[in-house]
Amino acid sequence: MTHHDYDVVIVGAGGAGMRAALESSQRARTAVLTKLYPTRSHTGAAQGGMAAALSNVEDDKVEWHVFDTVKGGDYLVDQDAAEILCTEAVDAVLDLEKMGLPFNRTEDGHIDQRRFGGHTRNHGEAAVRRACYSADRTGHMILQTLYQQCVKQKVEFFNEFYVLDLLLTEDPQSAEPGAEVAVAGVVAYELATGEIHTFRAKSVIFATGGAGKIFKTTSNAHTLTGDGMGMVLRAGLPLEDLEFFQFHPTGLAGLGILLSEAARGEGGILRNSTGERFMERYAPTIKDLAPRDMVSRAMANEVREGRGCGPHKDYVLLDLTHLEPAHIDAKLPDITEFARTYLGVEPYTEPIPVFPTAHFAMGGIPTTVTGQVLRNNTDVVAGLYAAGECACVSVHGANRLGTNSLLDINVFGRRAGIAAAEHAVATASTPALPKDPETVVAGMVEKLRTSVSGGGTETVGGLRRELQETMDRNVQVFRTSDTLAEAAAVIADIKARYANIAIHDRGQKYNTDLLEAVELSFLIELAEVVVAGALAREESRGGHYREDFPTRDDEKFMKHTMAYASGEGVRLDYKPVVITKYQPMERKY
Amino acid sequence: MTAVDDAPIAVDEIATMTVTLRIRRMNPEGAGEHAAGEDYWEEFQVEAHATDRLLDALHKIKWEQDGTLAFRRSCAHGVCGSDAMRINARNRLACKTLLKDLNPAKPILVEPIAGLPVEKDLIVDMEPFFASYREIMPFLMPSGPTPERERLQSPEERERFEDTTKCIMCAACTTACPVFWSDGQYFGPQAIVGAHRFIFDSRDSGQWDRLEILNDKAGVWKCRTTFNCTEACPRGIEVTKAISEVKRVLNTGEI
Repeated sequence: MTHHDYDVVIVGAGGAGMRAALESSQRARTAVLTKLYPTRSHTGAAQGGMAAALSNVEDDKVEWHVFDTVKGGDYLVDQDAAEILCTEAVDAVLDLEKMGLPFNRTEDGHIDQRRFGGHTRNHGEAAVRRACYSADRTGHMILQTLYQQCVKQKVEFFNEFYVLDLLLTEDPQSAEPGAEVAVAGVVAYELATGEIHTFRAKSVIFATGGAGKIFKTTSNAHTLTGDGMGMVLRAGLPLEDLEFFQFHPTGLAGLGILLSEAARGEGGILRNSTGERFMERYAPTIKDLAPRDMVSRAMANEVREGRGCGPHKDYVLLDLTHLEPAHIDAKLPDITEFARTYLGVEPYTEPIPVFPTAHFAMGGIPTTVTGQVLRNNTDVVAGLYAAGECACVSVHGANRLGTNSLLDINVFGRRAGIAAAEHAVATASTPALPKDPETVVAGMVEKLRTSVSGGGTETVGGLRRELQETMDRNVQVFRTSDTLAEAAAVIADIKARYANIAIHDRGQKYNTDLLEAVELSFLIELAEVVVAGALAREESRGGHYREDFPTRDDEKFMKHTMAYASGEGVRLDYKPVVITKYQPMERKY
Repeated sequence: MTAVDDAPIAVDEIATMTVTLRIRRMNPEGAGEHAAGEDYWEEFQVEAHATDRLLDALHKIKWEQDGTLAFRRSCAHGVCGSDAMRINARNRLACKTLLKDLNPAKPILVEPIAGLPVEKDLIVDMEPFFASYREIMPFLMPSGPTPERERLQSPEERERFEDTTKCIMCAACTTACPVFWSDGQYFGPQAIVGAHRFIFDSRDSGQWDRLEILNDKAGVWKCRTTFNCTEACPRGIEVTKAISEVKRVLNTGEI
C-alpha cells in the first residue's frame, strides 16, 4: 500500500474534472485520479454544442436561456442554479475559445451558433441559434482543449487509478444535523499493479460522469458505471432525482450510438413508416426541435401504434436526404460516418434508422451552486465537491436540454475547482484518515480475487446482461407501477446473486475482470435507486413518464427525490425545488 | 423522400456465424503452462453477427470464455481512442472494425499495437506515446493582450488545421510507423499531428518554438513518407500530408 497527501484530489478526468483541475492546480497541490486516460473520457463523445446566449448570429438573451432551461426541465430545475449556469455560459465559452478551442466560425470570424432542441427566442416563439459548436465533435474539442491546458499547467494525473472508496471523518447517517462531517480522502486501486493507494486530502472533487450502463441500449461508454455516485451512496450520503434519466431520441437503431440533435438543428426531420413528419402532431411550434423527453416519447409512441419502420417496425427514420451533401460534410461529418460504418446507410440518399437510447442522468450527487456535496437537505460535507454528470445541482431538473451538459461541466467544474482549492487553502490541518483506511477496498478486492477458486456460479457478464435487459424493458421511456415493480424484483434477485459471483482473473496486473465486477456492483445499487425513486414518483415529469399517472402533479411532486441507502433498501426523502422567477406552467412547444 | 420500403435490414435479421480469433497474448504473471511474460497465440471461437464490431467479439470472449483477456476500451464507437490494436496486420480500432470487413472465413489475427512495451495481452504502456505529445507544447500560445470577447478567426483560417484537430490520440499512426519501431528517439506521427494543429492555427504565436523542436533529430526529418500512418488513422486524418506541411514550413520559413 502506498500513501499520498494532497490538498485537493479530483476523481475523474473528463470535462468537469479537468476544468476543475485547471482552477484547483493554480491554487493548491492537486492530484487528478482517473480510471482511464484523460483523453478517453466520455465528454469526448459529446457532439452538438455548448449553449450560451452570445448573440453572435441573432438576438438572444441570458434570461431566455434560463427560461428554456427551467421549462425544458419541466420545472424541477433549481432556478437559482439555472441563472448561474446561463449567466456564466458566455464566459465559459469565451474561456474555452481563449484556451484554443477551434469553434466553427461565422463569415466575420466570430463563434458560429446553431439551433438545438428546446432553445428558443423570447420564451418559446421559435428556435434560436444558441449552440456554439465545432462541427459535430464539440465534446471532443472541449476534452482535447482542457487536456492541452492541463499539459501546459503540468497538472498531476494518476492514470488508470480506480477510486473505490470515499473516506469521511464521521458516518453522515448517524451525525446530528448541523454537526461537522468532513472528507478525509479516497482509496484507489492501481490497475497496472493491483496495488491499493490511500490519498489523504483536504478537498475531494467527484467528477466521475454518468451511469448509462444500467441500461442495455445506451449512448454511454462501457466505462460509465456510476462509480462516483455509487461510492457516495455507500458512504451514507444521498443521491438526488436519479429516476430522471434522459433517453436521447436519435440513437442508431439497435446499437444506441448517439446521433447528435444537431442533425435536426441543421434541418433533419424524423419520419414514421408513412413518411409523415410526426413531430408536427406532438410539438406544432418547434416540431423536431422539441425537448428530448418529448421527442423520445413521440418516437416510442409511433412505434407502439404500428407506425415504426423496418422488418420489425421497431424504429423511426432520421431524414437528412434533403440537405446538401456539402452541408452535411461540413456540419455533421462524424455522425454521418457512424451511420455508414455501423449500419451501412448512406445519409446523403437514405434516411437513418433511429430509436431512443439511454443518454444522461439528470440526477446525481446533490450539490450547492459551488459544488459542495449535501449530506441531507441542508448540511454539506466539508471539503467534498461534485461536478458534471455525476452531480445534481440541479440545473437539468426532470429533462436536460441539449448543449446544456457541455455547459454544465465547464461552469460547475470551474466553480468546484475554485471552491475546493479555496477550502483546502483555508483549512489548516488535513483531517485524519480513519484507522486502516484501506480495509473496505482491500476486502472487496481480495474477495473478488479469491472468487476465482471459490466455487461462485454467477458471472459478471450474465448478471449485467440481466440487469440491463430488465432496465430497458421496464424503466425506459414508458413506465408503470407494474413494470417498475418487476424491475425492482429482478434487481433484488441480481443483488442477492452478486454475492455468489466468480471472476476468472486472479492476477494483480491489469485485472480488468475484477474491475468490471466492481463496476457491476455500483450499477446494481444505482439501478435500485432509479427504480425506487420512479416507483414513488406517481406523476409524469420530463424524462420520467408514468403511464398510470400521465400528468405532472405539482401539488404532490414539485420536489426533488433524496435517496439514501439503508439496511432495509432505499430510503426516500424529498427536498424543495428552488423557484425564483418562473411559476410552473403547462409545458407546450 | 420517404424511403421506407427500402429501409436497411435490422441487425438481428442477419444470421450468426462462427468466427475464429487468434489473439497474441502475454500475462506478466504467467498463465497456465505459459511463463510470466511469455508471448503466445491463443485461438477462440465465438458466435457473432457479420455486423458486430471486433470489440463485440473480444467482449464475448472476455465475458463468456476467458475473463483474464485484457484490453482497453471505452466509448465503443471510435471517438475515445482506447482500443487501437493490430488486426490482421493492420492498425485499427476494434470498435470501428466490423467482422464482415475482415473475411471471417479465416482466423482474425489480433495483436497489440507495435513499438510500445506490452503490459498484458493487448494492453501496451502508452506513457512514451503521451510523453512525445507533451514534448511538442500542445497548447495554444497566443501573443498580445487577451481580448474581451473571442479571438477572431475566419472559416478559411480554421480550415487550415481542421483535419488535425480530429486526432483522438489512439496511437494507431505512431505504432504503424516503421521509423518509430526502429528508432527509439523519433516522436512519431501523432506528435507531429498534434503540433500541426497549433502551427497552422492563426491564433497561435508559438509556431517557431514548436518548429524548432520538430526540426530536431527526433523530429519530422525522420519521416520516410511510407504513408503507413495515413492508412492507419481511424479518423481519416491525412497524417503524411500534415507532416509534409510541417517539413515545408521548415524548408521555406513560411507558414
